[in-house]
Amino acid sequence: MMNTPNVKAESYKQKSTFFNRRQRTIFIIAVASIFLVSVVLGGILIDEERITTSLNSRNLIPSFEHIFGTDWLGRDMFARTIMGLTLSIGVGLLGAIGSVIIALILGMIAATMGNVADNIVSWLIDLFLSVPHLVILILISFMFGGGFKGIVIGLMLTHWPSLARVIRAEVMQVRSAEYVQVSMRMGKSRWWVAAHHIFPHLIPQVLIGFMLLFPHVILHEAAVTFLGLGLSPHEPAIGIILSESMKYLSSGMWWLAFFPGLSLLLVVRSFDTIGSNLRRFIDPSSSNE
Amino acid sequence: MQLEARNISFRYDKGPWIFKEFNLTLKPGEIVGLTGISGRGKTTLCRILAGLENPLEGEVLIDGQPIPKKGYHPVQLVFQHPEKAVNPRWRMNKVLNEGGEVDQELSSLLGIEEQWLTRWPNELSGGELQRFCVLRALGPKTHFLIADEMTTMLDAVTQAQIWHAVLEVAKKRNMGLLIVSHHPKLIERLCDRVVEL
Repeated sequence: MMNTPNVKAESYKQKSTFFNRRQRTIFIIAVASIFLVSVVLGGILIDEERITTSLNSRNLIPSFEHIFGTDWLGRDMFARTIMGLTLSIGVGLLGAIGSVIIALILGMIAATMGNVADNIVSWLIDLFLSVPHLVILILISFMFGGGFKGIVIGLMLTHWPSLARVIRAEVMQVRSAEYVQVSMRMGKSRWWVAAHHIFPHLIPQVLIGFMLLFPHVILHEAAVTFLGLGLSPHEPAIGIILSESMKYLSSGMWWLAFFPGLSLLLVVRSFDTIGSNLRRFIDPSSSNE
Repeated sequence: MQLEARNISFRYDKGPWIFKEFNLTLKPGEIVGLTGISGRGKTTLCRILAGLENPLEGEVLIDGQPIPKKGYHPVQLVFQHPEKAVNPRWRMNKVLNEGGEVDQELSSLLGIEEQWLTRWPNELSGGELQRFCVLRALGPKTHFLIADEMTTMLDAVTQAQIWHAVLEVAKKRNMGLLIVSHHPKLIERLCDRVVEL
């Protein structure tokens, strides 16, 4: 018994030399955000001339001048990668926003408009969850004729189910709360209750859901584009860069796929990190730790 | 105005009937106690009277008319747990004014302090929150108040303060009260008559 306080004090001492958990979380979120912002800004501000073809500097291995090397047409791979990532993030942003909106609407419908609506929406969620994303995504994107429009619509229509399920559960919980019942007795309409009581409770779920959908959407975009069913080759998204470089891998030009792939991984990972750290922050069960 | 439950029956799903052909009349200015051992349906009856639940048979009437589904409900209910009855994401003055402006005199009678209004619900104690719930339920258009174990969770001093305020308002506005409690002393002290479930 006598030892316990000592042990506690010691472990506390050890921890306090680093950041505490809250500061660490903020730090991680900040670093990941800065990285993403700089990628996007780089992609917007980078000089188009960096990716013009120059036959004098073809197939160069990475050096200080071209840190990601150059491709078979002499284009700087670093510039291409950054621009590709920016495009991918843009597509991901649109796809994720669309998915969140669909999830929000369907979740609210399922939870507020009675049993029939709930059954239909639940059935839809199960249906979409039971088929792999990629398959439907390819189908939808192909149906809309591929390209930017096709892939964005495809991404929007495939990534909503899991978030819709979370939102539905949250709405149902808030809707049956006593303060909502009181509000109804005060003569407030359904819409008023939805806007003032239910919606504020959904904001954290939606925000975190959005951040966690993002990496998913980007990866799927890259995958479909890589398979040749997404963006067209003159829009150099990261999937295009990867699939083009496949042809040159066998001739030993490893840097064509390695750096873009690694960058994609980093971007996706930082979104994921931001999302899960945000959740730790906002989620009441862990926000006080 | 007179609140009347006429021949109401209720059960949950396919369970046993909680009450069958039950009748209750609450006149304005009357204070009625409702007692009964746990699980007899006191809370269910309160919820039916306040329109949160519909009776399977029979009807709840005000002046012989069914209560309109929309608009401010003339029968207001105060729950046992105040912390569940306020939205945790609203400040207290928003919570308080949800049903319209409140009676300032009653507010001071209940001992609600000005500085509480800008706080969040988790910054107030149970007793303080319950005062808000009572005040919110006693809007100008409330004709009947149902107190479902309203003060069970509170200490004796707060209980006394809340009941004094409620009784005074009920008398002034000629409101009908239905008081649910397990406390025989409380019922005996407050009520004109007692109904046992």
